[in-house]
Amino acid sequence: MLGLLARRCLVVLPTLIIVSILVFGMQKLLPGDPILALAGEDRDPQTMAYLQEKYRLNDPIPVQYAVWLKQIVTGDFGVSVRTDVPVADLIFQKLPVTIQLAAFAMVVALLIGVPAGIISAVHKGTVTDYSINVAALSGLSIPNFWLGILMILVVSVQWQLLPSSGYTSPLEDLGQNIRTMIMPALVLGTGLAGVLMRHTRSAMLGVLRSDYVRTARAKGLNERTVIIRHALRNALVPIITLSTLLFGELLAGAVLTEQIFTIPGFGKLIVDAVFTRDYAVVQGVVLCTAVGFILMNLLADILYILVNPRLRDAT
Amino acid sequence: MTTALLSVENLRVSFKGSDGCAPVVHDVSFDIEAGKTVAIVGESGSGKSVTSLAIMRLLQSGSAKIEGTIRFAGQDLTTLSDAGMRRIRGNEISMIFQEPMTSLNPSMTIGRQLAEVLITHHGMSQRQAEAEAVRLMDRVRIPSAAARLKDYPHRLSGGMRQRVMIAMALSCKPKLLIADEPTTALDVTIQAQILDLIRDLQREEGMSVLFITHDMGVVAEIADRTIVMLHGRIVENGATEQIFGAPQHPYTRALLAAVPRLGSMAGVSVPKKFEEIDRATGIAIVKSEEVTAKQPDPQTPPVLEVRNLSKYFDIRSGVLRKVSGRVHAVENVSFDIREGETLALVGESGCGKSTTGRAIVRLTDPSGGEIRLNGEDIVKLDENSFRSHRQRLQLIFQDPFASLNPSMRVGECIAEPMLAHDTIPRASVRARVAELLQQVGLDPATRDRFPHEFSGGQRQRISIARAISLGPKLIVADEAVSALDVSIKAQVINLMLDLQRDMGLAFLFISHDMAVVERVSHRVAVMYLGEIVEIGNRADIFGNPQHPYTKRLLSAVPVPDPARRTSRPELKVSELKSPVRPVDYVAPHRVLQEVSQGHHVQEWGAEWSNG
Repeated sequence: MLGLLARRCLVVLPTLIIVSILVFGMQKLLPGDPILALAGEDRDPQTMAYLQEKYRLNDPIPVQYAVWLKQIVTGDFGVSVRTDVPVADLIFQKLPVTIQLAAFAMVVALLIGVPAGIISAVHKGTVTDYSINVAALSGLSIPNFWLGILMILVVSVQWQLLPSSGYTSPLEDLGQNIRTMIMPALVLGTGLAGVLMRHTRSAMLGVLRSDYVRTARAKGLNERTVIIRHALRNALVPIITLSTLLFGELLAGAVLTEQIFTIPGFGKLIVDAVFTRDYAVVQGVVLCTAVGFILMNLLADILYILVNPRLRDAT
Repeated sequence: MTTALLSVENLRVSFKGSDGCAPVVHDVSFDIEAGKTVAIVGESGSGKSVTSLAIMRLLQSGSAKIEGTIRFAGQDLTTLSDAGMRRIRGNEISMIFQEPMTSLNPSMTIGRQLAEVLITHHGMSQRQAEAEAVRLMDRVRIPSAAARLKDYPHRLSGGMRQRVMIAMALSCKPKLLIADEPTTALDVTIQAQILDLIRDLQREEGMSVLFITHDMGVVAEIADRTIVMLHGRIVENGATEQIFGAPQHPYTRALLAAVPRLGSMAGVSVPKKFEEIDRATGIAIVKSEEVTAKQPDPQTPPVLEVRNLSKYFDIRSGVLRKVSGRVHAVENVSFDIREGETLALVGESGCGKSTTGRAIVRLTDPSGGEIRLNGEDIVKLDENSFRSHRQRLQLIFQDPFASLNPSMRVGECIAEPMLAHDTIPRASVRARVAELLQQVGLDPATRDRFPHEFSGGQRQRISIARAISLGPKLIVADEAVSALDVSIKAQVINLMLDLQRDMGLAFLFISHDMAVVERVSHRVAVMYLGEIVEIGNRADIFGNPQHPYTKRLLSAVPVPDPARRTSRPELKVSELKSPVRPVDYVAPHRVLQEVSQGHHVQEWGAEWSNG
């Protein structure tokens, strides 16, 4: 098993290198010459030559890449043009907010999606199954922003139960922090619950038809034990993979929701950076998201090995 | 008045479909007395498994409707509450299934799966249950049982998993054991061991057994009473001796005629057709006395010569995927096949017989050796030069459902090889397809249908039509009839024999079924762990087997004759060995000794000395 784990980890390396090359290439392919922008109106050749030299733009591309990679690895993502703050600091500020939001949303999605999927599979073809499917389809097709705005209107404006927007750090006031997170997490989570429900349902249906579930029933176990102990455990394998991938997606995909609830997270950072052409920030955020995604993928692989006894034996 | 343990009366099972209820079991009534074994035999779709699942109430309650009464020890199971039924299941009636590979939960240790039953029905603690589980595993002769407790099912072979299933089924000392095709998926020597085990345990526990099977040989070995089912109805029900000795219903007679019997070919040197009996009238359509096959001419050069063929598969492990071992799937295999001759390659799972077949048609590249087709070595040819040889070399696979493309009409399937090789003008392909369909006994008008519209036997006929479309010299038939029902199997074999006579085809007939092999082959090669241990004329191999493995294989074949039941010596618990070797392993040079003309036997080592 350790050999398999080690190999999975090693496979991540080439992926990371490819991602870094793509991000580096993106910066090279962007329209506009940064030197022209920096040199100002008069475009003094001497200044331009100096700038070329300073930013090592005369070096061959691979050397430039190596220099850039070294900076990235040491945590130097450059400085935001707009705010003059190092990009690394910006990311360090915003990332925890988004991770918290994504985690809350994931919990919501799992708590709704997995049980709904199980119930729907067990009662396949009944009114229950049908209703759950309709609900899941609605969850999938209602746009996040609309649900968000609706919730703000009802929960915050009408009932005045939860704050409509803003963000408080959990270190300052944990209660307030959770209150601000509830609505955005619900909005994001219900959207994903539909996906999880559909996958749980089909995985459960497959497992419920299997020979070993029949064996479990033939043993005289009660239906609850059959479903939880024998069926669910085996159906969880694809759900784990899907959940980690969805989590990776949440890190980058909460843009709209963060905008609506004005949460100062990753999504907001990237939108602001794109609109102000703050390329260093865009680059840093893209790199971070990609790495996050790759790591979640790795986590999926590792969990997969841990829950599957067959793979535990593999070398 | 009834003394029966289980009494089924007018059982009727129907499945709800889109167009109402379709009954699959009609008016089935039978009794099982305490301590007796009753077998239900029938072919696929006869309703035998549905009957057994209905007794256990394991059919989907939403889609299946059960009518009639099932009385077990004084209670009617059809009206029992769900909780009451759960107290019966696994406790008073337990069940084992056909597929040991998938019948155990892959993510639970076998210890826990065994303990679960005891905890549920006997309220044991985890510790007590585990101790009892070890005792049960000992009882079903699982070696070093205590160490196996923490193992997951994938570490066990099919035979061992079936032993675990049996241990689980017996854990609460049930009054009735339902065994639904428990040995069908197992190799013949393993099957014999499992049958022995079930019989021994039954004697010790005094339980009744309901045995569901399609194999008349197994029925003869194990059953006191036999029930024959056809299309959801019981057509005959009687003492096993009576069913085999004086079958009344035409279908029973047709079924028994189609059963290959080991030893029935003594004194005949060429393959012989099966007798085909009309199911409705009981009149023979094909008489088995018709000897149509010929002995191949020993003067002609062989169609296929295989010399020292080897095939290894690397096993990689570790972070860097270094080769850590090799599966020696085929080791130094040599044989010839002549025109019009059938050489059977027999052996059990993992012996390398299929790999040999695949190497000959170049579906896998051999690691060494020569394969000469009409004198030309085809191993060294590149793909392009080999293409023209493919016409003379065709393959029929085991699974008639998976080997035809479901989105192609059967006419297209059959025409494809001719179009690919451009053997005949395009205009005449359609007529040729019709001719081929006729040749394999199908209506040419069916060429525009899709594979799913055909039965298993018909699909195998289509595969055969496709294989002969290019006029091949040699056909590799890899377990080509193993998946078919007995009567269909007999028909397809008769077809193959006819084609051999008419076209002079040579067959490499790969099979695990010794009784079928005895019927169809001129010569037989027995494979064990990648090597041919014995090869010779069919009559010599079956009449005068030399190698201990050949003897073991032959003695394990169930004999469809209840009178000979006790004559078979009990087999020791053994597992099939695997041909995984270290990287630097070099196979020892083994000598094949000629026993009589054309009958060669490999010298065997000490590992065989104790049987």
